[in-house]
Parts: sequence; structure tokens; C-alpha cells
Amino acid sequence: MIQLNNIYRDFQVGDQTVQALNNINLTINQGEYISVMGPSGSGKSTLLNIIALLDHPTSGQYLFNNQDVTKLDDNALAKIRRENIGFVFQFFHLIPRLTAAENIEMPMILAGINRRQRQQRVKQAVASVGLSDRASHLPEQLSGGQRQRVAIARATIMRPGILLADEPTGNLDSHSGIEIIELLEALNKSGMLLIIITHDHHLGKRAQRRIHIIDGKIAPEK
Amino acid sequence: MTISDTFQQAFLSIRSQILRAALIVLAMSIGIASVTILTTLGESARRYIVNEFQSLGTNLVIVLPGRTETTGGQPPLFGETPRDLTLDDANALLKSRYVAAIAPINVGSAPVSSLGLERETTILGSTASLRRVRHLKMAEGRFLPDIESDKSLPVCVIGQTIKREIFAKQKALGQWMRINDRRFRVIGVLASEGESIGVDFDEIVVIPVASAQALFNTESLFRILVEAKSKSAMYKAVGDIGKIIEIRHEGEEDITIITQDSVIGAFDEILTALTLTVASIAAISLAVAGVLVMNVMLVSVAQRTSEIGLLKALGASESQLIGLFLAEAAILCLAGAVIGMLVGQFVVSVLQIIYPEFPLLIPGWALMAALLVSLTTGLIFGVFPARKAARLDAVLALAKH
Repeated sequence: MIQLNNIYRDFQVGDQTVQALNNINLTINQGEYISVMGPSGSGKSTLLNIIALLDHPTSGQYLFNNQDVTKLDDNALAKIRRENIGFVFQFFHLIPRLTAAENIEMPMILAGINRRQRQQRVKQAVASVGLSDRASHLPEQLSGGQRQRVAIARATIMRPGILLADEPTGNLDSHSGIEIIELLEALNKSGMLLIIITHDHHLGKRAQRRIHIIDGKIAPEK
Repeated sequence: MTISDTFQQAFLSIRSQILRAALIVLAMSIGIASVTILTTLGESARRYIVNEFQSLGTNLVIVLPGRTETTGGQPPLFGETPRDLTLDDANALLKSRYVAAIAPINVGSAPVSSLGLERETTILGSTASLRRVRHLKMAEGRFLPDIESDKSLPVCVIGQTIKREIFAKQKALGQWMRINDRRFRVIGVLASEGESIGVDFDEIVVIPVASAQALFNTESLFRILVEAKSKSAMYKAVGDIGKIIEIRHEGEEDITIITQDSVIGAFDEILTALTLTVASIAAISLAVAGVLVMNVMLVSVAQRTSEIGLLKALGASESQLIGLFLAEAAILCLAGAVIGMLVGQFVVSVLQIIYPEFPLLIPGWALMAALLVSLTTGLIFGVFPARKAARLDAVLALAKH
């Protein structure tokens, strides 16, 4: 499903070139549960951003469903993101002026799905994350765990094949964190490819496949 | 993303920044209101003047004695004074087949009196055709009788003010009125028409032209009003008049011919230019509003960086983001335009109440133009912030929290 070949990503910091990713080779298949771990600044987020098509590698080949996506234009990339990739962030990134339901609806608005179908799917999604009674609340009226559940509902509303989570529990207490992880794992069990970036070794160990990144390189998998 | 969704999302984001939105709308509406009001004033003035000239008559040609022109050669130290226009000249104009009617006019000032009440006023000598040529309306009685123009007759037609002042509490019709030392019988009273470019027919006494010539002891006419048979005949009539007078005046075309059209045209042009000038000055405020739109939109983009990054991550393309921000600018500008037009309409209505005799009308083209200009301004000044938003690096935008 995802194949990275000799991926490099350089950043220019002042006069210095920093290699955030250094010759990454990675193949990820449908339905996997992967944790990406590594110290700060090791390049985990950069890797996630490249997989999510938000960032372009400096060199290398990225095959997404056997299609070379490094040469696609902005519109084509946006379409792939919209239809295939769901994103869960550490800081939730809900739009503050929109209600929980409206936040969940947003990807479908961008995809041009009609209103009736949107409302139906939002209703199901809200129920599936257990927030039916909070659907018309604004983000500021929700707890951290609830916010992250809204974010997960939003990330999965387009039924993507891939779910990317960047420190999804980093901003939550341990109890809510476990709930969120269990929710994500349930989605993985239903067939979604789940990639979690985390600092937390306990969380990382729950994944079947663990990728350690150190200084922009993947450490040999155990 | 459908258009209605784009506008709805834009609307939601405007609603979350009410104060900022209100400022843009205010600036835009001031611009639109001033453009609307000023074009209305200019356009109404133009219409008013053109109407005034049109109401002077139909296909009117005015013949004046003397010639105004700049020629080379000697200054007119030894030049002859222009020949007078006479009644015979006037009657000769009827020979042209393009002329429908003529009204010779003689003007002077004289005291008029009746039963001890006296005042000085303008005496107009003319013929029965004056009524037709100048579209005069009667309030009472009849106009001058249709007699040979060289016959004098002791009858007069008076204006409303003269009637009120000379015949204060009695019937004017059939009374004798003294003009200078001659007596005239009042046979008609003109209907009030208000001021009509220069001549106030309310303060005038009309008598047969031959009587006026005798009264003021002069053969020469003040001018001749000519009504041409049609609009196209007007220019042919002008040529004929020139030729006829030239023959009668020993080969000298020593008259000035003014057509109603040329006067109206000149005023029309001047006032249109004036309207456009004033409107352009007002349009500067629209440009200022545009800059404000840009400024506010830039702030909005800066404040919503992480939201823009999120939308990109959710699969918004650059064109969708540009669409969202432009829709915001368009909504704000249109709201400003509508409010501005309402304010303009309100001010014009108030002015209309203060000056009821001056017909004010907001021209349709001005409304359309105001709407278009505000929308264009908003979009032009909105493009830069919108592109800036669309080009944001999603990774950096998401990292900013």
C-alpha cells in the first residue's frame, strides 16, 4: 500500500542543511498496526508528514497504491489525502467556531458530498465515538478526550484506508489516553492501516510492528 | 466542495469575527453610499437641466442678431454694427419648408399699472405662435390672437405674479392695464410654470410684437424662435435660415443660430463629465475600503494558520482554500454594497424631502456600477490574502499552535 524507496528529506536551517530523513526504505501493507518511536527531532513527524502527502521528500520514490505520488500536483494530492488518509493530531486541531458535528462534517464538505448524506454519516460517526449527546457542542465545551474522539470521527468519516496519529495521547490524561488508543485499535481491527507516532514505550509496544527512528534513519526492526 | 458549502463556511467564519467583519462592511458601505449619492446628485442635475431645455420647445432653433465668432483679420474698429433682425426677416423664414412656425420676440422693460397699483416688469412682444413654440399653457382666457404680425392691437396676456400684484383682489380678465402710457386689455392669464431657464413667465406681460415695437420705439427684434418640422429638419432649417437672412442682409450672414439640441448636448456633456468626476473622487473611498479588506483578510489568514493547515491535511486543495477566502471577501463586500446603497437611498430620500422641486433619482447604472465595483475591489484585494493562505506550508501551519 505504501512503499518508500530511498527517501531523503533535507531542511535548510541557516547555512546548514539538516537531514531529517536519511535514506528511508519502508513498505507498509494494508491493515497493519505500526508504531513509530524515536527521540525528539529524530524525524518521526517528518516521516509521517511525507506518508500523509503533506510534505515532499527532497529525493526518493514514494509509491502510494503503486502510484508514484512525488510528481503529482496539489489538486491530485489533496484528492488522495481526502479519500485515503485520516489524520489525528496531538493538539486535536478542531475548528473552534464549529460544533463537534460540523467539525466531523468538514472532510465531506471538502469532498463535495451532498448535505443529506453528510448529516446521516455524521450522525453515525458521532454515535460510534459515543458523543451523540455532545454533537452540537463547541470544542471548548468538550474535554480533551472528547475532543480527540471528535478528531477521530473526523479522520475516519471518509472511510480512509490509512489512519495517521501523531502523539494522539500526548495531550491527554492516562485514562482518556487509553480510551483513545482502544478506539484507534478498534478501527485498526476493522481493517484500517494505523500508524501511531508516540514517545510512550508502553503504547508503542501495543503495535504489532514497531519502527524506531534515530537521526533520520530507521533502526533495524526487531 | 459545492459553491453553497463554500459560501456557508465563509459565512460561518465571518460570523465568528463580527467586529472585524463590521469594520469592512462599514468602510465599504461608506464608499458605496458616497458614490451612490454623488452620482445621483450629478445625474439628477443633468436630467434637470436637460429637461428644462427640452421644455423650452420642440425642435427649437433660436436666431439672434449679430454674429459671435472668432475670425482673423482686423479688430472690428471699423466693422459695421450688425444689422437688426426685423419682423420682415422673421416672416421671410417661413419660406423654408423645414420651418413649422416662427415667433419673433421683442423685449423691453416698462411700468405696468392698473387702478393705482404699479410695478416695473418685462414686456414681451410676440405673436400667437409663441404659445405653440414655447409650449405655454393658459390659466384663463386666451393667448394673443392670430393676426398679421405687423398689426398692433391693445391686448395683453399676463403672468400669475403680475395678476396677483396688479389685480390684487379682482378679476384680471377683461380689465384694462396700462403699460407705459398705453392701455391694453387683459385677454388671458398664463398658467404658472415656475422658473424656466432665465425667463420667469409669471412676471411677464405678453403683447403683440407690433405693439411692443411701437411701445419701445424700435424696429429690431430681440430674437426669433423657430420651430422646425422635425428633429432631422432642424439642421436643414438652420441652413435655410442662414441663406434667407444672408440674401436679405446683402450677403452678410450676420446672425447667430442656436439649436436646442446643441445647447442640450453641451450641457449634457458638461454635466455628465461633472458626474463622472465626482463619482471617481467618491470611488477613491472604495479603493481605500479595498485596502482595508485586504488588511483584514491578511490578519484573518495569519490568525487561522493552523486551521488552514488542518484543512489541507483534511484534503482541501489550494483552489478550495482560495475559494473560501474569496467567498468571505465577496460576502463582506456585497453586504457593504447593499448597506451602502440603502444608506444612499435614505440620504437621497431625505434630500428629496428638503428639496422637493429638484427631482432626484438614483440612476440604475450607478447602482449596478457600485455593486460591481465593490465586488471587484473585494475580490482583487482578497486574492492576495487568499493565495497566501492557499500556499501556506501545511506542515508548518499545523505545527503552529
